Formats: sequence, C-alpha cells, structure tokens
Amino acid sequence: MSGVGQRKSHESAIGHVTGKAVYTDDQRLPVGMLSLYPVISPHAHARITRLDVSLALEVEGVVTVLTPEDVPGMNNTGAIIPDEVLLPTDEVSYWGQPIVWVVGETETAARLGAAKVIAEYEPLEPIRTIEEAIEQQSFHLSPQTIRRGNPTLALAQAEHTFTGEVQMNGQDHFYLETHTSWVIPDGEGNYHVYASTQHPTETQAIVAGVLGVPVNRVVTTCLRMGGGFGGKETQANPFASIAAVAVHKTGRPARVRLRRHHDMIITGKRHGFLGRYRVGFTGEGRITALDVDLFSDGGWSADLSPPVLSRALAHIDNAYYIPDLEVRGRIAKTHKVSNTAFRGFGGPQGMVVIEEVVDRVARSLGLPPEVVRERNFYHGTGETCTTHYGQEIVDNRIQRVWEEVKANAQFEERKAAIVQFNQSNPYQKRGIAITPVKFGISFNKTPYNQAGALILIYTDGSIQLNHGGTEMGQGLHTKMLQVAATSLGVRVDRFRMMPTSTDKVPNTSATSASSGSDLNGQAVRDACQTLKARLAPIAARLLDLDGPEEMVFENDWVYCRTYPSARVAFEKVVQEAYTSRISLSATGYYRTPNIHWDPVKGKGKPFYYYAYGSAVSEVEVDGFTGTFRLRRVDIVHDVGSSLNPLVDQGQIEGGFVQGMGWLTMEELVWDDQARLRTFAPSTYKIPTISEVPEAFHIHLLERAAQDGVIYGSKAVGEPPFMLALSVREALRDAVAAFAPVDVAITAVPLACPATPEATLWAIEQIRSAGLSQETPPALQLSPTP
Amino acid sequence: MPETTLLLTINGKSLRLKDVSPTMTLLEYLRQSGQVGTKEGCGDGDCGACTVAIVAEDANGKSHYQAVNSCLVPIGALAGREIWTVEGIGEGDIHPVQQAMIETGGSQCGYCTPGFIMSLFAAYYQGQVEDGCVEGNLCRCTGYLPIRRATHQLTGAQPNDRFTEKLAQSSPVLRALAYEGNEQRFYRPTQLEEVLDLLQHHPEATLVAGATDLGLEMSHHRQHYPVMISLEAVAEMRGIAIRPDRVEVGAAVPLSQIETQLQGLFPSLDEMLFWFAARQVRNRATLGGNIGTASPIGDLPPVLLALDAELTLASASGQRIVPLKEFFTGYRRTILQPGEVIVSVGIPRSLPTGTVRRLSQSYKIGKRGTDDISIVAAAFTIDLDGKNRIVQARLGYGGVAATPIRAIGVENFLVGQAWTLATVQQVKPMLREAFTPLTDLRGSADYRRMLVANLFEKFFVEMATQGDRQEVLA
Repeated sequence: MSGVGQRKSHESAIGHVTGKAVYTDDQRLPVGMLSLYPVISPHAHARITRLDVSLALEVEGVVTVLTPEDVPGMNNTGAIIPDEVLLPTDEVSYWGQPIVWVVGETETAARLGAAKVIAEYEPLEPIRTIEEAIEQQSFHLSPQTIRRGNPTLALAQAEHTFTGEVQMNGQDHFYLETHTSWVIPDGEGNYHVYASTQHPTETQAIVAGVLGVPVNRVVTTCLRMGGGFGGKETQANPFASIAAVAVHKTGRPARVRLRRHHDMIITGKRHGFLGRYRVGFTGEGRITALDVDLFSDGGWSADLSPPVLSRALAHIDNAYYIPDLEVRGRIAKTHKVSNTAFRGFGGPQGMVVIEEVVDRVARSLGLPPEVVRERNFYHGTGETCTTHYGQEIVDNRIQRVWEEVKANAQFEERKAAIVQFNQSNPYQKRGIAITPVKFGISFNKTPYNQAGALILIYTDGSIQLNHGGTEMGQGLHTKMLQVAATSLGVRVDRFRMMPTSTDKVPNTSATSASSGSDLNGQAVRDACQTLKARLAPIAARLLDLDGPEEMVFENDWVYCRTYPSARVAFEKVVQEAYTSRISLSATGYYRTPNIHWDPVKGKGKPFYYYAYGSAVSEVEVDGFTGTFRLRRVDIVHDVGSSLNPLVDQGQIEGGFVQGMGWLTMEELVWDDQARLRTFAPSTYKIPTISEVPEAFHIHLLERAAQDGVIYGSKAVGEPPFMLALSVREALRDAVAAFAPVDVAITAVPLACPATPEATLWAIEQIRSAGLSQETPPALQLSPTP
Repeated sequence: MPETTLLLTINGKSLRLKDVSPTMTLLEYLRQSGQVGTKEGCGDGDCGACTVAIVAEDANGKSHYQAVNSCLVPIGALAGREIWTVEGIGEGDIHPVQQAMIETGGSQCGYCTPGFIMSLFAAYYQGQVEDGCVEGNLCRCTGYLPIRRATHQLTGAQPNDRFTEKLAQSSPVLRALAYEGNEQRFYRPTQLEEVLDLLQHHPEATLVAGATDLGLEMSHHRQHYPVMISLEAVAEMRGIAIRPDRVEVGAAVPLSQIETQLQGLFPSLDEMLFWFAARQVRNRATLGGNIGTASPIGDLPPVLLALDAELTLASASGQRIVPLKEFFTGYRRTILQPGEVIVSVGIPRSLPTGTVRRLSQSYKIGKRGTDDISIVAAAFTIDLDGKNRIVQARLGYGGVAATPIRAIGVENFLVGQAWTLATVQQVKPMLREAFTPLTDLRGSADYRRMLVANLFEKFFVEMATQGDRQEVLA
C-alpha cells in the first residue's frame, strides 16, 4: 500500500541510484537548442561607460548577444517589488552581475563569445557591509517593528542589564544541481519553460512580464530539482527570463546552465545579520525585557528580504517568554548578491541572537545555560504562552521535547563527565549544550497559504497525480503519493507523479516555508474526496446497495462499511463511472484557516501552528588550533504524526548538518572591493561525512498528532535546521572551559561561523581573561580578515 | 608502436573515438554523448557528483575498480581503460550498492547520488565500504547519515558477480598512446627515454599525470593544450622500492598506492595522506604532481621536507639528485629546467648517528577537517639521543610562505636542547615570527603565525601522550 505513516523510500529513489531520474539539463536536447553564457561585472558598483559586443558576434557559432534593447517587456525580475533589473542599462550593482548574455550554437561558442565582449566601467564606491549601509542610511523598504509591553520601562526597572552585538554570516545554498532553465517555443507565440525552480508560478509570471505577453502564453514545468533549500524560490526567475528573451529574439529553443562558479557568484544567499540588543533580567535569569535591532544584508535588490526579516523578527523569541520586548528590523542595501530565501528564512538568524543572549544572561549570573533556558520557556496559558506578536501558543510542546531529549542524551551525567574530562585535559576541552526550537508554520504572507491539486483517473485504473508543489529532494512527491493512496484507498503504484507544471495547477505558491505537504496534501486529499464522492454511488450501484453512504475505499476495493464482505474492485468502479458518463478527473483546493497578520501593527496569528524540537550536542575543541569534533548529537523532534518517518528523519538529519555547516565552517568571504572570494567548493566548505558523528540519535516525538493538519502530520523542512544551534552553544561551552582556574567568565564571545580560527581567537580571549585584569570580553567579533 | 586511436570501454561497450579533443574531460564527453546519469556538481573535483569507476592497477599490480572524478580526467588519459558509470552497473538487476541506498533513504534530491553510488561501487569491490570511501562526495540534503547506514549494510560483503568476473579478465596495463584529435596531440609514453625525447621535440608540451590539478584548467577551459604528455604509464616513474635505508617512490605513483604500500613506515606521511583531498583524488594524484606544481599549500611537501626527501630529476642530458629543500625557488617556481622531469622521490630511513628515537608527525589545519586546502600544514621530525636531547630537528610547513618551507633557524636552535615542554615553549615565540604569511580567504596571517607555533607544541604534547586513546561515544 505505502500509505501515510509508512517508511516509503523516495518515489524517485530507483531513478536516483541508477542515474535515470531526469533533471532539467538531462532532457533530450531539442533540435537547434542554443546555449547562453553571461558576461559578468568585474566591479561591485560601477557605471557602465561602454559596451561593445561586435567582436563577440564574429566568434564562430555565436548567434547573438542579448542586451537591454532585446527585452520585449519589463527589463525586471523583482519578485516583490520591481527593483531587479534583468540586464543593467547604466549601472552595475554587485560583483558578478550579468550585464549581457551571449547566445551560441554551443556553450563553448557562447563562452568564447563572452570573452570577446568589451565592457568599460567607471567604478563607484561600493557599500560592502551592513555597518557601511547603516552609516550611509542605505536600506531597502521601510523598517519593521514588533513590540509588546514597554521594554524601555522594563529595562530601566530590570535587576540586571547589558548590551551586546552579534553578527552572523550568510550561507550559500550549494544545492548540487546548479541553476538551469530551458525555454522551448512552439512557433505560435507560446513558451514552455523547464526550470529548476521552487516557484513555477512566479517563474511563469516573471517570464511573461519580461516577454510582455499574457501569463497564459507561458507554461513553467519543474521536473525535479537537485536541491533547492530556498535558493530556487526566486533565483530561477532571471535565468528562465533571459533564456526566454533569447528564444524571443531567435525563435529557437535556448538554455541557461550555470556552472558552479557562476552559480555561486551570481545568485543570492542566506542573509547575513547584525543584531544589537539590550536585555534586562532578574537574578534568577528570567528575562524581563529585550530590545533588539536586527539588520539583514539584503544585497542589491529587495528580493524576498522583507518576509525574511519578518520571520527573523517573529523568531527573536525562539522558545522564550519575554514580557516586554521590542524588535526592529531593517534591510541593508549593499552592493552584493541579492540575498534570498534559505531554509529557516530569517528564523535561524533571529534565534542565533536570542540563544547568545540567553547564554550570556546565564554566564553573567554563574548559572548553567540550560537552567536559564528552561526558566524562560513559554509556559502555562494566556500571557505567558503568547508570543510578542500576540499569537497564543496552543499545544505548547517545548517542555516535552526538552525533557525527552535531556533524558535520552543523559545530559546531566555527561555534563558531569565533561567537567571531569576538562579538569584533566589542559589542551582539549569538551562542551555540551541543549537548545530548543519553536518554529512557526505558515507563510507570513497569508495569501500564500493556499494550494491546488489535479487528479486524473484513466479507464484502466491508472492515475496521474498533479499538485502545486515542487520536488527538490525533500520527499514531497513521496508524501503526496502516500496521501493520495490513503485518501483514495488504492495502491500507490497506480499513480504516476507528474512533473509540477503551471498548466496543470495554476496560481500556486512557492514550495517553501516548510509548507509543501501541509498545503498540497490537503489539496490532494480534497481532490480524492471529490472523486470518491462521485465514485461511491457507482460502487453502491454495482454492489446493489440502496445508497452511497458509508462507502469505504481501501486497498483497491470499494465496499460498504456495514457490509464489507461484498466489495467491488476500484478498476471496475472506474470503468463503470466512465460508461455512466461520470467525470474521472478532479481538482482539489485548500486554504489554511484562521490565520491573519497585520504587518503594520506587527500583530496577528500568522502561524497555523508551531513545530518543536530540541537537541543536545557535545563537542571537543582543540586548544592549539581551534578545530573541533562533534562527538554526539541527540535530537527529539516533533513532526506530528509522521506521513513518512524515513523522509522526516532525513529532513531532520539533513537540516541539522546543514545548520551545523552554517554555524561552524561555511564562510563567505568578501574582499574590500565587495568581491566574493569563496565561489567554489575548494574555498567554500560544506560538511562532509567526516564531520558527522557516528553517535547521532534522532527520536520523533510520539503521540504527537497535530489537529487540522494533513493526517496529523507537521511540517519538517526548516525547523530542524535550527537544532544545530546546539553545536554552536556546545562550542561556546567548550571555549568557556579554557578559562583559567578561579576566573569567572561572564561572557564567551564566539564569531559566527565558529571556524577554527574564530574559535581559537575566542579561546585566546578567554585564556587571557585571567591574565589581564580587564573587564570580561565583550561580545565582539574576533579579528577575522 | 604506440596506439594512435582512442579506444576505451564505457559500461561494457567498446568505443573508438576520433576527432575528439583529448583534453575534453570524461564528464563532458559523457554528458555530450547523452550519458547524463553522471552529474556535474562543481567541475572542480571537489564534490564527487561526477564520480565514475575505472579499472586500474592496485598496489599489488592487479586490476581493481577505482573511483575517480570524471570532471578532472582528460579523455585522452583513458585510452585503453574500462569505465563504469551509474547507468551501467544497474543494467538488468539493480546493484547491491544501489539497493542499499534505496533502502536507507540515501538519496533525497538525487543529484549527488550517482557519484555516491560509484564511490560505493568501487569500495564494494575493494572490500572497503566505510565513511572514507565517500569522503569526497558532497551531499547537501541527507546529512550523510542514511548514506552511512547504506555503508553499514554493505560492510563485509564478499562480492562474486559479473563485475568480479570482468575484473579477473581485464588487464590494468596501460599501452603507449600517440593520439591526435581536434588538432591536439596527446602522448602517453611508457619509457622515460621516450618522455625525454618527446620533450625535445615538443618543448611547449604540458606534462600531466593524474590531472587532479591540471584537470581543473581543462574542466574550466582556461587554457588550450596543443601537446600533452601523460606520465601515467612511464615504467621508471611507477615503482615503489622499499629498502632498509631508503624508500624510493616513482613520481607517477598514485597516492592511494603509496597509502597502501608505505603504510606504517612514515607516520607523518600516513597522517597527511589520510587528510589529503579525498579518495577520488588520491586515486589519481601523484607525488610528482604534488611536488612539481610547487604550490605553497601542497600537502605533501612539508612532510617530505621534514623527512629530508630527495628528488631524482631527469633530462636528455642525464639525471641528477637534489634535496627537496633546494627544489622550490619561489611561488610556483622550481629548479626544474626545460625538458626535465621528476622521476622519483627518495625518502631516507636511516637515522643520524646517536639517535635512539625518532618522533615524526604531520598536521593539516583547514576550515574543514576533511578534503580541504590547508590554512597551515606542518610536519615535524625530531631525532633524540639516549638522554632525550635533540640530535636533529626538521620542521616543514605549508601555507606560510611562497613555497613549502622549513623553519631552519628554529631547527638549528633546537639541536642539542632537551626535548621538553620548556624547550618547546621557548621556541614558540621564535616560530611565530619565523615566517610572514599572508591573510587570505582561508585564514588570517595572525592565525597562521599562531598555528606555526601551536602545532609544534601540539606535536610535543601528542608525542608525550602517545598511546592515549579516546573513548568512542555510542
């Protein structure tokens, strides 16, 4: 059956392991396919003073060069606001921005042509960092604020206060499949876009806008993606658009396939953030007031920066009740890639800040960080279980996941053992930390919380399943097959999962915000219910029953609940339905109920529910080099009643390791000219198998069915990413252990990512805390280059 | 007579290639010919998505399946080779490594999966299915845990199937090649004399062995190569001779063979080879290449400097032996003359008079432990007399100067000193000032200076506590 709840392998697993699964660039080449290659800006900020493409046109095999005049419609691909020029006309805004695209008979011809394009620039001063943007008041859009109570007053009355600053790096998505878009014309003015995109509808709309044609002339299909992680939510749009411009100009099919370096240079990444805070708290470590400014590095255009910032503001609390809280956010406009969605979507950045604050509160009082964390949890009902934006947390499971993982990990015993180890080891120190995650599920923007499906049953009983979500490895299609099989009561192998296509299900939302199975699952079930409602009377008639009530669809049979021994095969019902002229296809639709958000007031109930998890990590840090080894991880995570435990476990494991990469090794380095220096896997390091410990224990929270969500499941794509904060906090714990005996450490500075170098500087600062009589180290970044 | 056509076998089908550029990478060839199961993740040999298996010679001279990055191998170098890709191994029945990955949920997006499959495939027949066999494969989805479960499922398998049969039938011996395609010549001589002769005729020729460095240039089409001479099959460069006083390693011996054959002889070499790139690269990369490219961040030169290695160089005018420490003359510059090649690397095993104990180890620090380019690499050899005094000290470093370099001043200071923590702490400030490293994207100059000194102390502490083993957490 492979219905919901089973450990079904990925629906494409056989295709994956045999190389037969087709990705966008693996399709059979259409005759006359052209290839595009970009000419990119060598400056982060400059005026274009001369552009001469004539030499490129002389290269054998070069068909044309696309310049702004070739764009028939809007020369803009901005997702939220039209501030993202496709081909710049006068100014370049970041290093690596494509200025023209050369179109060749082959990729080689296009590449050789690109080398012949002459572009001259008058360099301008770039804004390189968030700090420079603040200084020059260079921001995107307006500030955002969420406020509860009166933090100014509460801070003034607080027993203890301190201020601090924390900065964190961005992150490259490093999906294994780089951006690829094919556009194929039909000769009648229509365009079929095949793109590696998480948001086919938006890609369709933007391509149509760039071409200046109605949306119905463009179909966007996503076969599957070789990873997305948010990096293909908006970022596919310019590549699909420019390929479409090539098609428009030449009348021939055309493709963009970015090679890795270009992908890393051109596309947006996770936002780096700067947080500045002032916190007030009691002698017991209860946080009474928090005032935070969050600045994100938006890069050159707005892209999705506004909702990313919203989510950061909404997750500044993580799992903690803070009575008086104000958080303000701004998006820095810098001359860098336009930063975009990435798993967690601002949530991780907000949580890095609060976890740093909580740790520092604990250390300043000499209390164990886990005790202070626990003391500040949302609890009870009403005000103490209501977020700063006014949403009451119903079914709060923070304490549950926390206690379970603490027990599973034998936290207290191991903490004691670590104290012992650290006393007898001067050169290596171990650290352990437990951190919680509470993550809001739903798009902050309410209209996105809808989905559609289309199911087509054929007369032989085989079925095509369409829904609006895209498959990027997260197992959405697998889960949708399980939902459809269970809903319709048939074997899963009756279904063919169709590629996501805007001519099947229109006006879809991005597959993002962890929402894929929640939204599309309900839509699929809705379609199944429509079909069952039509088929039930047919089955009843075939079974000579009086009415269609209580018909059960199960295991390819249809029967009456009260008389199960008489049953009819699903195929037979389908054939009879056709003969009786009953429609065998149906759409399904879903909208998330009871959510609302007022962005002006920063209040509402933006989330349908929350996902919870908690993790314990133990590390060992080498005091000579700052390198560390992750020794053991324990996780308890709440996925509700899992649709597929194999897939969900994969999401938790993968999210955790990706988060660990962001927090400990993945370092985007920009030079003083705002040029990205880390645009290849030789310089930008994501985790390998060797960084993942053997001792890695995941437990899915049991008896956890979530009301009102598809088969009681919960979203799982993003929340586990933030479990990796336990690694960062464990590193901090280990760094603290380097303090000289009898020196009380009130704060442990640790840059983010905590690379070996950053960790060594942190250790050095802690070591020297006892030697000099200076004030304890402030939360300052280490002197990284 | 050398073969003039490019004959190779892909997934059991024999191919005769004409007019194909010999420097086209295997990956490009596969994808352009419609064999798109093999994926390009980076084109840099760093992600492993393009991994395929080739039949090659193992350390015992027998055929085995070997994982290589197809994005780095020029197709000319594959003349006479058998190649297996993800599409070929599962024809008919799905292969056990494929089955294991399906069952454990080892694929999510699936784009890295073909590479993992081929790394696992090679390891399966080598009897080495473990983490190490996929350390050169990046996965962004799974966090590797289900892939590790797949390796556990495959551990201990003793395959006896069509692939073991084929292996028994195939010969790993490479024949001479003189191929021309796309107006490019690709030579693969089998005798040193022929190499020197070719270099006389083609002074502009580019030498290549495993192509793990040069392959990047080919993958990114950064240069045109009218003439390329592969050293892969040269008999004089392929041997390893282990003698009581000295080990001689041919310049074209792949590192994975060195790993196996010299295991246990030089702890610092063992250690550095463990951290050297990843399996796919070590299967192709050679000692001669790692030295000849003269990168300041090559992993092995610091080790070989600390072991006092010597190079045998050959040209048409004869052979000469030079100490490695005299080989590097500047950033990516060496004493190699036009027409001259590295034939072999000699590592002495005899200890200086009076030595009763040799301590030797190496360290590599990168942002990531595995498969990264070092921020600083260091290798130390300390010879001690019966009174724990330093008879001879060699401290080799990478990543701190324009060339791999020794801390000669500190070495001289150490001779005659007692091997104690006090001595080490005494030289730490000297070591911090020994070099003037640069700040770059990998690390700051300050960090590098700190590591130069700290690694030496780490070495002392580790040698003093040798034998202590850490418990493994369940």
